[in-house]
Amino acid sequence: MESKKVLHVMYDDDGKLLEAAKQLVAKGIQVKDVYSPFPVHGIDPIIGVKRTRLAIASFMYAMTGTSLALFGMWYFMIQDWPMNIGGKPSFSLIQNLPAFVPVTFEFSVLCGAHGMALTYLLRNGTLPGMPASNPDPRTTDDKFVMEILTEENELDAAALEAAVNDTDLLELSIKEYTA
Amino acid sequence: MQQEAAIREPLILGNKSYKDITDDVVGPIQGKAPLGWKIMITISSVIAFYGVGCILYLIGTGIGVWGLNKTVGWAWDITNFVWWVGIGHAGTLISAVLLLFRQKWRMAINRSAEAMTIFAVIMAAVFPGIHMGRIWVSYWVLPLPNQFGSLWVNFNSPLLWDVFAISTYFSVSLVFWYIGLIPDFATIRDRMTKPLQKKIYGFLSFGWSGRAKHWTRFEEVSLVLAGIATPLVFSVHSIVSMDFATSVIPGWHTTIFPPYFVSGAVFSGFAMVQTLLLIMRKTMNLENYIHTKHVEYMNIVIIVTGSIVGVAYLTELFISWYSGVEYESYAFINRFSGPYSMSYWIMMTCNVVSPQLFWFKKIRRSLVATFALSIVVNIGMWFERYVIIVTSLHRDFDPSSWGEFHATSIDVGVFVGTLGIFFTLFLLFARFFPVLALNELKTILKSSGEEHKRIQSDGKSNH
Repeated sequence: MESKKVLHVMYDDDGKLLEAAKQLVAKGIQVKDVYSPFPVHGIDPIIGVKRTRLAIASFMYAMTGTSLALFGMWYFMIQDWPMNIGGKPSFSLIQNLPAFVPVTFEFSVLCGAHGMALTYLLRNGTLPGMPASNPDPRTTDDKFVMEILTEENELDAAALEAAVNDTDLLELSIKEYTA
Repeated sequence: MQQEAAIREPLILGNKSYKDITDDVVGPIQGKAPLGWKIMITISSVIAFYGVGCILYLIGTGIGVWGLNKTVGWAWDITNFVWWVGIGHAGTLISAVLLLFRQKWRMAINRSAEAMTIFAVIMAAVFPGIHMGRIWVSYWVLPLPNQFGSLWVNFNSPLLWDVFAISTYFSVSLVFWYIGLIPDFATIRDRMTKPLQKKIYGFLSFGWSGRAKHWTRFEEVSLVLAGIATPLVFSVHSIVSMDFATSVIPGWHTTIFPPYFVSGAVFSGFAMVQTLLLIMRKTMNLENYIHTKHVEYMNIVIIVTGSIVGVAYLTELFISWYSGVEYESYAFINRFSGPYSMSYWIMMTCNVVSPQLFWFKKIRRSLVATFALSIVVNIGMWFERYVIIVTSLHRDFDPSSWGEFHATSIDVGVFVGTLGIFFTLFLLFARFFPVLALNELKTILKSSGEEHKRIQSDGKSNH
């Protein structure tokens, strides 16, 4: 079986990285991923990262919270044990609704925020105790690394290396791996 | 790339590179603790232990050790609660509201302001907790099935709304703060050389690697969290104000309370941010990141919110007379001329007069003046809550039940103790956590860095 190779191309500036990514993609090279110390704006459409749907997820979690809160308050205050508090009896959800608005809102925010945060961590695979997977420790400081896999590209390692060397790179490391 | 007008003052001074930002923030964590830090944490933890002692004594003996009586059932405890929650509001305002408004200057201060929020809300939560008297049954505030026929909590009561508001506020702020911290912990992890430190920061960083997809999600999560934290922060102090406003006590029963409390909260919170940051930037050599411009921006927020608070005081006063309700009028006449008039005038001077000094550019941009005024505002805002709570309660409808409140040593001890715990937590944060959102700061280096701005404007003038 042909050995698979991974190229890690390092840049020392986000501008150079963006320029290089454009050049390589124009040549039809597939860039697997980019490791950067901060979000590099504009890289996503170039290397084909799709827009995240976390906001939609958050909305759905929040709506779940809204329904749960309303259902809970209806059950506690109206269904299970209706009470007459200060001459304001609790016999109907609609009439008592104004007093339920604050808790409904807070509970929606609680579910929306925590649901989204958990989904974010799970989808990222960033969880307590997980090992770091950045190829070089400098990528969390001031360096930017582009990851290119031979198996995702039609070009072989040598051709990829030649294309990559045309860009304004700092370092290049090629490793073999078995998937 | 983000562009910024060349005449706008740079946010990052000096000729910094990405690496310099990392060094400036992570360096102090790697180095030995400075002597000043050791002295400060010793003092604050001694005070914290004294406070914990007072709290334990209070729990063991009962809340009779406070100066509360039949007439004044709420005093320092709730004053401190509202004061601490208010302080917390600045952190969320800086991180959420300023993020939505794309104010880049927030990046230098948001991390420590959020830490301040979290610690302040913890301190706030202490007070209603111990005020319950039997703290071991504090779970009764939750709607849990029970053997009293399942007697539920009252969802019509603002006190219960507060339970939901404060717990949501605390946990959402904590998550917001931690999600921002993860990439910065990763930076520290990759710089640490000692194995134990590497392991601890590795654990805290959750294996963050800075992949493009993760950064996209990170930005989306920050934006959405900011979007929902913004109404949250307004709702929290509105609900706190309803603890008072929905009761029929003269001096409390007013519709102005929610906006008045929210701006008061932001006002006191920014004052506390100034107090903390002016010390921190000096001791941790962060003068290039938190400088006069940041202080000026915060002082502008202080003028705006302080003026809203001032207008609210005067409106209250006017309406109490204009309403024609004699109890309401008396409550306010009693405020400024009764036994607690000194508190009222301290409040008026500190909160209405002193922030107006920031209209002068010299004062607004002076670090010494800002530090002094920030402490004045903190004191004034504590007195505001004290005035609202105690003067409204101590003389109610029936003169035979009038009384006065006198603070005991335990009242003072618990309050000073929470200050000690707060500063201890903040000092620990300053020592071991990245005090600036360093990776976020790198994104504005090219648009707002002093050196980059100079190069940019030189380039333009050469053409």
